Amino acid sequence: MSIDWQPIGLSLALATVTTALLFLLAVPLAWWLANLRWRGKPLIEAVLGLPLVLPPSVLGFYLLLAFSPRQGFGAWLADTLGLRLVFSFEGLVVASVIAGLPFMLRPVQAGFEALPASLAEAAYTLGKSRLRTLVSVLLPNLRPALLAGTVLSFAHTLGEFGVVLMIGGNIPGVTRVASIALYNEVEALNYPLAHVYAGVLVAISFTVLLIVHLSQRHSSSRARGC
Amino acid sequence: MLELALHKRLRSSETEFDLDLALNVDPGCLLGIFGPSGAGKSTLLRLLAGLDQPDSGRIVVDNEVWLDSERGICLPPQQRRIGLVFQDYALFPHMNVRQQLEFALPKGALRARVDELLELTELGPIQYQRPTQLSGGQQQRLALARALVREPRLLLLDEPLSALDEAIRRRLQEKLSQLHRRFQPTTLLVSHDPGEVFRLCDRVAVIEQGRLLRIGPPAEVLTGWRAGSRFELVGEILALEPRDVVIVATVLVGAQVVQIIVSANEAAPLVVGGKVLILAKAFSPLLLPLDDVSGNPR
Repeated sequence: MSIDWQPIGLSLALATVTTALLFLLAVPLAWWLANLRWRGKPLIEAVLGLPLVLPPSVLGFYLLLAFSPRQGFGAWLADTLGLRLVFSFEGLVVASVIAGLPFMLRPVQAGFEALPASLAEAAYTLGKSRLRTLVSVLLPNLRPALLAGTVLSFAHTLGEFGVVLMIGGNIPGVTRVASIALYNEVEALNYPLAHVYAGVLVAISFTVLLIVHLSQRHSSSRARGC
Repeated sequence: MLELALHKRLRSSETEFDLDLALNVDPGCLLGIFGPSGAGKSTLLRLLAGLDQPDSGRIVVDNEVWLDSERGICLPPQQRRIGLVFQDYALFPHMNVRQQLEFALPKGALRARVDELLELTELGPIQYQRPTQLSGGQQQRLALARALVREPRLLLLDEPLSALDEAIRRRLQEKLSQLHRRFQPTTLLVSHDPGEVFRLCDRVAVIEQGRLLRIGPPAEVLTGWRAGSRFELVGEILALEPRDVVIVATVLVGAQVVQIIVSANEAAPLVVGGKVLILAKAFSPLLLPLDDVSGNPR
């Protein structure tokens, strides 16, 4: 049996790039939301949380329409930036970022909201800018929330199926990620290879979660001064 | 020199009132801000620090305008040279004692400042410990040292000792007084402990419902306008019983029940459950010690 490792590599690449982008996007957004005092805040939170509850195929369907180079936004992207987001790896990344946003945003925002307001205020009174306060004071105290958000987004992107299939299709080496390859092999009744893909996905997910729990135990024992 | 005139409408779930304060504080003065909780004391500090914005007002510190709502000036907290000690200390959990002080050090400032403050606050031996490993008194000294690193023009202390027990409080009041003499920052100390205000402050401002009731030396303000041999106590009438030609009023003062004889005329406006003021001229009151100075009962 010759095993095609490409889908596994593609899945890992997609999850890594998506998680990195999500981190950069969600941390400032979470901070802004945590400090927002506005009546319309629940509206924003509901919109940003939609991917959490929408069937992935629904999200994928709308993204497919939005990214289609024949109309509107997709046409503008293709004409001005030369960016084609359907049936391409870039498209998968953008779709995964949108689909995975609440998985990073929620724990990080909850983390910001749990920190006492006086922590940031103390840094301001010591003359530190907002950026310096975020990087030097707030984020170091958010490590558990950041870790939770990172792991959740990574694992979620790794297992994403509906959105990926809708927007990326099944192009070997471009958009055929492990979860899609698994589906392919089952359809072809090629169970030994399906076992390999499924097993590898289980192993990666398990390892990631194990690392989280081990590191949380480590940090909580350090907080107790042991 | 601190000049302030501030106006802000304060809303909470229970009450709504206007904070309306105008004060001048001499350079190097330690001014106590005294009053019941919810009077607007902490808000005053937050307005001075720039953490809250007033509806209108003006703040000038050493001829530098920090706030002038008419001219649209409002410096952010970063540009006001302040040291603020929060009620909860707001220590950074992930930094050790030394790192907190070094973090507060402005760019280009000398590190010797950190060592000096570590020594003055006696935190040197524990400089590599984190806040969770410190006692309440040590945390308080760290918060104070951190607020002093920037050499603030204005030091703002929000009930800095309220979380500590009496013996440690006394020692830290001494330390606070010593640090104030050493660096002489103009200081506002919020407190609702009259003893603390009396021991530490040069002047005291009494604030109630957002307004300045009176201001002056603690000895005058806290004993009721001027020192004298007149006692004024507020009490509550528990019972009024006629006995022969007089009436005996039983009055609760603090935790003590006392009986006072009044004439029928004097008793006429009194009712059971009503609040009364007990006035007495004392020509030579006696003071008997109950504790030694360290606060331990004899």
